[in-house]
Amino acid sequence: MNSYNLTHLKQLEAESIHIIREVASEFKNPVMLYSVGKDSAVMTHLALKAFYPAKPPFPFLHVDTTWKFKEMIAFRDNYVKNELGIELLVNINQEGLKLGIDPSENSDRHTEVMKTDSLKQALNQYGFDAAFGGARRDEEKSRAKERVFSFRDKFHRWDPKNQRPELWNLYNSRVNPGESIRVFPLSNWTELDVWQYIYLENIPIPELYFAKILPVVWRNGTWIHLNDDRLKLKPGEKIENKMIRFRTLGCYPLTGGVESAAATLPEIIQEMLLTTTSERQGRVIDKDGGGAGMELKKTQGYF
Amino acid sequence: MSHQSELIATDILAYLEQHERKELLRFITCGSVDDGKSTLIGRLLYDSKMLYEDQLAQLETESKVHGTTGGGFDPALVTDGLKAEREQGITIDVAYRYFSTAKRKFIIADTPGHEQYTRNMATGASTADLAIILIDARYGVLTQTKRHSFIVSLLGIRHVVVAVNKMDLVGYSQDRFDEICRDYRNFVSRLDLPDLHFIPIVALHGENLVDPSENMPWYRGTTLMNFLETVYIGSDRNLEDFRLPIQMVNRPNLDFRGFCGTLASGIIRQGDPIMVLPSKRTSKIKRIVTQDGDLSEAFCSQSITLVLEDEVDCSRGDMIVRPGNVPKISNAFDATIVWMSSDALVPGKTYLFKHTTQTVSGQIDSLKYRVDVNSLHRTPAPVLQLNEIGRCSVTLSQPIYFDAYRRNRFTGSFIIIDRISNTTVGAGMISDRDSAKQPTAAWENTESQTVDGQQQISNVSETERESRFGQKAATVLFTGLNGTGKSTLARALERSLFEDGRAVAVLDGDLTRKGVNVDLGYSVEDLSENLRRSAHVAKLFNEHGLICLAAFVAPNQSVRERVAELIGKDRFLTIYCTAKESVRTTRGLSRAEPSAANNVSMYEPPEDPDMVLDTSDLSVAECVSAIVELLRARQVIR
Repeated sequence: MNSYNLTHLKQLEAESIHIIREVASEFKNPVMLYSVGKDSAVMTHLALKAFYPAKPPFPFLHVDTTWKFKEMIAFRDNYVKNELGIELLVNINQEGLKLGIDPSENSDRHTEVMKTDSLKQALNQYGFDAAFGGARRDEEKSRAKERVFSFRDKFHRWDPKNQRPELWNLYNSRVNPGESIRVFPLSNWTELDVWQYIYLENIPIPELYFAKILPVVWRNGTWIHLNDDRLKLKPGEKIENKMIRFRTLGCYPLTGGVESAAATLPEIIQEMLLTTTSERQGRVIDKDGGGAGMELKKTQGYF
Repeated sequence: MSHQSELIATDILAYLEQHERKELLRFITCGSVDDGKSTLIGRLLYDSKMLYEDQLAQLETESKVHGTTGGGFDPALVTDGLKAEREQGITIDVAYRYFSTAKRKFIIADTPGHEQYTRNMATGASTADLAIILIDARYGVLTQTKRHSFIVSLLGIRHVVVAVNKMDLVGYSQDRFDEICRDYRNFVSRLDLPDLHFIPIVALHGENLVDPSENMPWYRGTTLMNFLETVYIGSDRNLEDFRLPIQMVNRPNLDFRGFCGTLASGIIRQGDPIMVLPSKRTSKIKRIVTQDGDLSEAFCSQSITLVLEDEVDCSRGDMIVRPGNVPKISNAFDATIVWMSSDALVPGKTYLFKHTTQTVSGQIDSLKYRVDVNSLHRTPAPVLQLNEIGRCSVTLSQPIYFDAYRRNRFTGSFIIIDRISNTTVGAGMISDRDSAKQPTAAWENTESQTVDGQQQISNVSETERESRFGQKAATVLFTGLNGTGKSTLARALERSLFEDGRAVAVLDGDLTRKGVNVDLGYSVEDLSENLRRSAHVAKLFNEHGLICLAAFVAPNQSVRERVAELIGKDRFLTIYCTAKESVRTTRGLSRAEPSAANNVSMYEPPEDPDMVLDTSDLSVAECVSAIVELLRARQVIR
């Protein structure tokens, strides 16, 4: 490589910054969907770079299902809101909250009401015409075909059969009132790229990613952490203390941990490279509805 | 996802350091499921250990249900195959796959070979550095191979690997491999594919993918994976022409004003003089700002923020360049357009054109011709339908700053957006040549050239040549619609004159279009330009004493007159070929070549031809002897 070549991470970084700037320039009212996870951490970092020395010219939105790990909420408030001083919007579906759905009992319904509906609620309320998301194409089959600028109709639906062609780095940002674009600046990043970038750029991430002894129960083939006193034990389940960490972060009753001793970033990366199961495997929601589960959820408006 | 590296387990920090220095290579795979495309991609992912156990377990289950390998592992299912996608009703579209090795990270744009191929392939190819074109060794170069290669060439991909697959089914035959390479080379000589490679493989067994095949000891080249890891792509990028399309102005406070953008091409350094387009105001680079600290220089594809020495007006859509290296600035240009909407392209309709960071309204003034992606033939067409490709002239409501696509992928490309539906309906690549104005200009140049073209071009005089050849040089133009026997007559007359000891040459319009006029289409302008260039060739023949027999449709009276003037009226003869329509159509049908020349209404019969021949009544021999008589009468031959 001569001196005028970028490494793959620098190339991905430059392309993501280009995308983020396009959105800030072409949309009237964009928002960055912030989920507190590692992908959101990278996206936040890229947004800071894109507008340096200014702050990102759009708010962040966190859809709080009220079942997130408490460490996620603390990280969100300490880092994004207080340290970075970014305008942070939090949406909780108050109507949904009244239904009192227990995610352990009905994960589908919980995701639909507290996540999908809540997101649509917030998008409608603020009238956002573009929303950044941290999804990557390597995560899951149906995502492999999703555009960087992914059109949503006024009901926030994605139509996989009718996507806009996307060529070069020319993104079509035209929408009619009520319609919107989901923008995925990390489309071309892989899980390894994300971790490596976090390591190289020293990006803060929640401590849940690092292995630690935690109280857990064995449920649905994975370790579920008793993050607060709301998790009801099922018959036969017993609380154990295990050294575990989380590969993805979400609602704690639906996010399984893996037994691990990885306490540093290189150790996490090492473990990831040597592991034999995919990242989303710990997530309960992908398995609903068989192989096409995620595609179905997305056409309904799930991120 | 165990990468094949011992370092992961033994020394993760060393591994990470190695992987920090990787380059990115994007490629597209062209071929259909039947060629083994899904198998190839599945293999690359599988062999580079990019599949997890749960994914593999799912695949093994699917292999039993849908697989084609008798229940064994079917790598084709990794990419969930076109058929499976159809069954589930999932969209048939461009899908992106990722894998990496110790040397590079790869992004594969996986496009289906069948339906919607042009739109999807163009999309996938637009960002690719390299294309893998798959050929089934049993069937060789097929129509689809040709159309894939054409689109690859059109989208400016410089590196092509032709993977000749299923070599096991042709007995690992080197002769068969060589034959396919030859056929392919012959075909692509008409395209712009500067870097071609051929690798014989068996994707299903992984032969010559990662490890060399033991069954093909005659192949001494590199494996596909090794090639992908090492092919040099650095020189593809344009580092010469500094172009920074401005995305946004960053103004957090009164003390800072930065111009943000991604370098489309070139290199820029602190202190360099610059010019802002369209204002043409100049200044110097004060700082190149990034969050990681100021840079002393920035280059192609970096996203940066520039601070200038002076207060210069500059906003989104403007472009910062060097004062001595400025792109073209115009609101009119020619472009090749790929149409991507089921609503046809309509010349004259207003669309939005997004080019770099500006979106401008405009229209396609005229569709010069359509290219058939299977045969590469050019045909006149009133509209462009979905998946069709055409050469168009475009006029915008305001100027843009552009380079030819061949020179600059980012300042030479644009997308077309429908103003009502807001969808992306087309993609365009700006041409080098502005053919809209050229033909007239070139004809006019010609006249001035002929005036001072009196100077002696040779030490051998015309009289000397006449006495040597026993003839006077002349050009005989056979004009008429397609199927009237122009070429046939020219060839027969050539034979007759040659046997009579004459020095004679044939100039055939169909053939000049494959060589000297390969860049021309069938618009009125291009037909005129075709004749102008051919007339110069005929003139050269004449100046060297030859009788030139020229078979051209030449539908336009005024153009024929210009040809006559250029060559010299005293040695120019026009033979008007006609034929009954039924005869003409039958003859014309046997020819693949499309032409405005079939259009009776566009053809102007010569006002004063030297001879009219109805070839549906007369035999070829009768026509030839009639023309020979004419040449005698005019003292061309004695």
